[in-house]
Amino acid sequence: MDLILVNIIDGLVTGLLLFMLSAGLTLIFSMMGVLNFAHASFYMLGAYFAYQISIALGFWMGLLIAPLIVGVLGAGVERYGLRRVHQYGHVPELIFTFGLALLIEELVQFIWGKNQMPYSVPEVLDFTAFAISGNSIPAYKVFMIFTSVAIFIGLLYVLTKTRVGMIIQAALSYPRTVEALGHNVPLIFMGVFGVGTALAGVAGVIAGPVLGTFPGMAFVLGSIVFVTIVIGGLGSLWGALAASLLIGWITTFAKSYNIEMKSVLNGIGISTPDNLDESIFRDLWSITSPQIADILPYILMVLILIFRPAGLFGKRSS
Amino acid sequence: MKSITKLGAVSALSLIIGASAAFAENIKIAFIDPLSGPFASTGTNGLHQFEFAADYMVNEKGGLLDGQKMEIVAFDNKISPKESLIQLQVAIDQGIRYIAQGNSSGVANALTEAIDKHNKRNPDTRVLFLNYAAVDPALTNDKCNFWHFRFDANADIKMDALTDVIAKDESIKKVYLIGQDYSFGKAVAAAANDMLGKKRPDIEIVGDELHPIGKVKDFTPYARKIVSSGADAVITGNWGADMLGLGKAIIDNGFTGPIYTYYAAGSGITGAFGESGKGKIRLISQGGINPIATEEARATYEAFKVKYPEGNIDQSRIFNVIGMLAEAITEAGTATDVVAVASKLENMEYESMWGGKVFMRPQDHQLIQDMNVGVHTNENIDFDYDNSGFGVFTESTVKMASMDIPTTCEMKRP
Repeated sequence: MDLILVNIIDGLVTGLLLFMLSAGLTLIFSMMGVLNFAHASFYMLGAYFAYQISIALGFWMGLLIAPLIVGVLGAGVERYGLRRVHQYGHVPELIFTFGLALLIEELVQFIWGKNQMPYSVPEVLDFTAFAISGNSIPAYKVFMIFTSVAIFIGLLYVLTKTRVGMIIQAALSYPRTVEALGHNVPLIFMGVFGVGTALAGVAGVIAGPVLGTFPGMAFVLGSIVFVTIVIGGLGSLWGALAASLLIGWITTFAKSYNIEMKSVLNGIGISTPDNLDESIFRDLWSITSPQIADILPYILMVLILIFRPAGLFGKRSS
Repeated sequence: MKSITKLGAVSALSLIIGASAAFAENIKIAFIDPLSGPFASTGTNGLHQFEFAADYMVNEKGGLLDGQKMEIVAFDNKISPKESLIQLQVAIDQGIRYIAQGNSSGVANALTEAIDKHNKRNPDTRVLFLNYAAVDPALTNDKCNFWHFRFDANADIKMDALTDVIAKDESIKKVYLIGQDYSFGKAVAAAANDMLGKKRPDIEIVGDELHPIGKVKDFTPYARKIVSSGADAVITGNWGADMLGLGKAIIDNGFTGPIYTYYAAGSGITGAFGESGKGKIRLISQGGINPIATEEARATYEAFKVKYPEGNIDQSRIFNVIGMLAEAITEAGTATDVVAVASKLENMEYESMWGGKVFMRPQDHQLIQDMNVGVHTNENIDFDYDNSGFGVFTESTVKMASMDIPTTCEMKRP
């Protein structure tokens, strides 16, 4: 029972981290129709920049400055890269962002090398916040939860309650009309791209110390972010939140409990074959939940695409 | 214009040929390991240590035989067995007689088989395989051959030494095994189960788990299981990002016991663990760095640091490879007759500057050497890793570990 509570907290941390990445991606997609393959690379850049800044100015300045740099870089990529490629259609855009992802990874290896970076939790937060029957919850995790929730609330407020948010939402659905009303739509696009990548940067800054800062960190998270926004519904902030939390909890619980396929199959009334070693389904029978934990989100995505192609909160019907 | 280019190409080519003719006297060692891709840092690190060892131990002391220099020729195999076989052929075609490789037992298995075949078919261009890090026990058992020499302790020997140390610690009652889901991770788990069962039947294995290699984002759920299992110690063969991620998660989530590892040092891992891993991360390895085994080793390490300020000597066995090969060539009086060199190499007793005597067992070509279990700390450190102030301090040593470990090798000599 205690472990369930601990797992809920762990899953929440994973989920919220995923949310910060997918929020930016889903905003960018719904506005510009661009699937940004380089999104996770901006997450990695966030971690590396923050590490570099933290050496000179400490963790907190890193948290403040690194996302800004990443955001400016992102805006630059939109202004001078994507906007030019845009006129040739979606496929060149996809290829452009894909190439950008590879380029960023090589650049990071070139500058910082291939080793793990000693980027660690600031000393102020390096203690155990509380423990539940021997399982300690580090203060840093609590900090991660509060930061991500604050960002979500801030984002939601800007998008729904402010004038800027209203224009963004209008530009989402009717860019031509908004342009006709005298708003600078390309500027809005650039702004959204910048903010989206800055969010990924924030995720990198706070995830770097716990998940490790190394050249493969973008690759490890890259695909799961796309799964998240597909499940949540492309373009939906609430959908991104729900899907991130769902994936966080599913994977955490699947890894924490050794549920065997055997007992699941027995449970639904299929009895174990007599000589399992010779059965062609031997591998299926011997699967345990930690082994398949990381592919569960993909299975969920396939199911969502079959039964609710627009995603959990998606509005698109085409 | 065209003719100028042609002329240039021809003269450049003739220069190259001329140059290679001038260096034909060199004793070349082909270094076949990953120099690009995700494992490039490990490969490049190894290459630097090889080049330095050859220069420092052989060339600066006047070379071998009648002044021949030792030369390391690097080949990038992208850690693929297929690519390695191509590079092996290229190396043989260049007249190279010594092949060094270490990263991934998969590659080593492919190479040892190919070299065995080549040597049978081409007695004139036989080559030796100097394996400095691939630890799959099969290489010196079922798959052994006369041409393969292993300078690192194999996975079973390491586990034997590790479990010796664990067996002495009465406070350890429960052990959790976790590793990457592939042949090496499974070999570590099997050896741990077997040896702990024999040495300390009272120790309970409370977890025996494999996770996908290189794909886990967050090790927290695994760490929770380890903590709630009540384990007193953890054993893992993880390396690279998987080692750091697992170690960090275990420590952050409240585990206080020792974590016994194979590869939790160097390549940025020591620096990244820093203060958090102090006194918790333990490591089985050969070679005494802290305290430094001999004054000769100290001078060597200091000279290495001058050349590679960012580098680590984290595979000191590479110096044993060069040292033993040099001695074997000198004793045999030839560098081209590899059968003679191999005959000198097997059964060789060599005084390693990194501490203790090492012995190349003739029956399976496994080097028998002292194994150290060290702890990650910043106290009494002579030489740190990653310039972090932290290093591995030797706590206990098993002399000539597994001297009598049985082997299934049936060595066929030429």
